[in-house]
This record gives sequence, structure tokens and C-alpha cells, in this order.
Amino acid sequence: MKRSTLSKILLIASYFIFIGVSWLMGFNPGQQIGQNFVVFFVDMLKILPGAFILIGLFEVWVKRETVERHLGEESGFRGYLWMILLGSTAVGGLYLAFPVAYTLYSKGARLSVIFTYLGAAAICRLPMTIFEASFLGIKFTAIRWLVSLPLVIITSILLGNYLTRRGYRVEAGK
Amino acid sequence: MYLYIVAGLALVVSLAFSREKTIRSVKIAARRFIKIFPAFLIMITLVSVVLYLVPAMAVGALLGSVTYMPGFIAFPLAGILLQKGVAYMVIAAFSTTLMMVGVLTAPIEKAYFGLKVTIIRNVIGFFIALAVAVVMGFFFGEICQ
Repeated sequence: MKRSTLSKILLIASYFIFIGVSWLMGFNPGQQIGQNFVVFFVDMLKILPGAFILIGLFEVWVKRETVERHLGEESGFRGYLWMILLGSTAVGGLYLAFPVAYTLYSKGARLSVIFTYLGAAAICRLPMTIFEASFLGIKFTAIRWLVSLPLVIITSILLGNYLTRRGYRVEAGK
Repeated sequence: MYLYIVAGLALVVSLAFSREKTIRSVKIAARRFIKIFPAFLIMITLVSVVLYLVPAMAVGALLGSVTYMPGFIAFPLAGILLQKGVAYMVIAAFSTTLMMVGVLTAPIEKAYFGLKVTIIRNVIGFFIALAVAVVMGFFFGEICQ
């Protein structure tokens, strides 16, 4: 077993022991942390299975050529537009964007395109944007989109090209 | 629950076309899920501790669920700050950083993309937030008055 895996297991185990002991001893901070854990764990379980089923279906049904044509090396600028559309309508938080990005990549999407997807999923999800505009005004939201989106695309291209030159490959679960 | 309606419909349609392919995709889904689950577990433990240490965040997060965590904490809070006279620039830097720099999601990002790319991507996000803040300052007349 790798050392990093072992230390992760130890970390998680000591976390649960801490929570368990806190409940037994009535240690309030530990109890609250435990409650937080349960709330988020349940939240995750509500979303993740559905999302991963969609990922599985995508993996089996969508042809590699289709992804390559629209998001691969030959896709040109259209690839980025697709990713902004997909990112802005993404379900869940950034944590769901990573498995989706990985799936797209493994089907032939180029690196700069999936980094754009991650950026778009972070900054322009529509429910969040509507929420933002109602609290801070439409001008604020418009400026944020118009400044951050081009920067996301430009930095994604730079990072993608840099990593491609270095022979970088995404290997999940490393 | 939209997600499950969509996922359910997709499964039914898939099943109608090919039983064998549907079984294969469910297997892939399960395998992918199990593989990344430890990273999610680490993220949830981090979130549970952070939310205890920052109680103000917990109110927003528990209302909005972890799904929308950044936005649903950031914007009401930003609205309050704005009313208290905090500059748009500062609010832009704060909310964009919160959206783009994912400290809590780092375990998941790292599991897929490796430590180096995770760091680079998040540092880039931080600089984009600064750029947004500066432009915001110009447009709201907070710089060069």
C-alpha cells in the first residue's frame, strides 16, 4: 500500500474515532462536526449516483468521434462555446464538474476545452448567476462574466498547450 | 430531483435500445463512483470541520445545501457587505475567489488531475478574481476618480 493511501486511511479513521468519542463523551464541537458530516454526506448521496449513471451512459453511448469532432483538436473555437454552455447549465457544484471533465477528456476532448469547462462550471452556473444578480445587481454580474470568461478561455488554452507540450496525461485515481 | 428524472429517463431509453449496453454503463458508473469515493469522503470531512469553525457560513450552507455552497453563502453575505459600504472591487475579489478557488474540492481535483495541475489551476483562478476586481473598480468608479 502506498504511503499516501495509508495516511489518508489513518486521517479518515482518526476523524471517525474523534466523532465517535465526541458522541460518547458529549463533546459538543465533535458532535456538531459529526452532524455537519451527516448532512453533507446525505446531500452527496442524493446527487452522486444519478450523476454517475449519466456519466456511465455517456461513456457507453456517445461515440469517441463525436466528442473529438466537437471538442477535440479540430473543434476550433466552437469547443469552448460548447463548454461554456455545458458549464453554465451544470448540475451540482465544482465537485461534480471534475468527473464530467474527466469523462470528456477520456473520450477525446482536448485539455484546453476541459479546463474551460471547469472554469465555466465554477463561475457561470445559471442558478448561481441569477442569485448573484438579485443581490449585487445585473451590472456587477455582467462585468464579472465579461471579464472572467475570456480570461478563463485564454488561461485554459495556455495551460492546455503547456501541459500537452510536457506530455501530461490525466490519470484518474492516481 | 431533476437529476434523477433525467437519469431515470436516460436509463429507460438506453434499456429500450440495448440491454447489454445499459448494463455496461451502470457497471462503468459504479466503478467510477467507487474509485473516486475516497476523495469525496475527504472533501466532506473537510467541509464538516470548516463549517464548524466558520459558523456564519453554516447557516447559508445548510439552507442551500452543499450543492450551491459557494454561491449561496457568498452572495447574501456580499449583499450585506455592499450595504455596509464595502467596495464593489472587494466584493468581486471575494466572490470570484470563492467560486474559482476550490480548497475544499482540492482532494477531488487532485485525484483526477494531480497535485501540480490542481495548484496551477487554482492559482490562475485567484489571478482571474483579481483581474475581475480591478475592472469592477474602474466601472464602479472606485479607481481613478
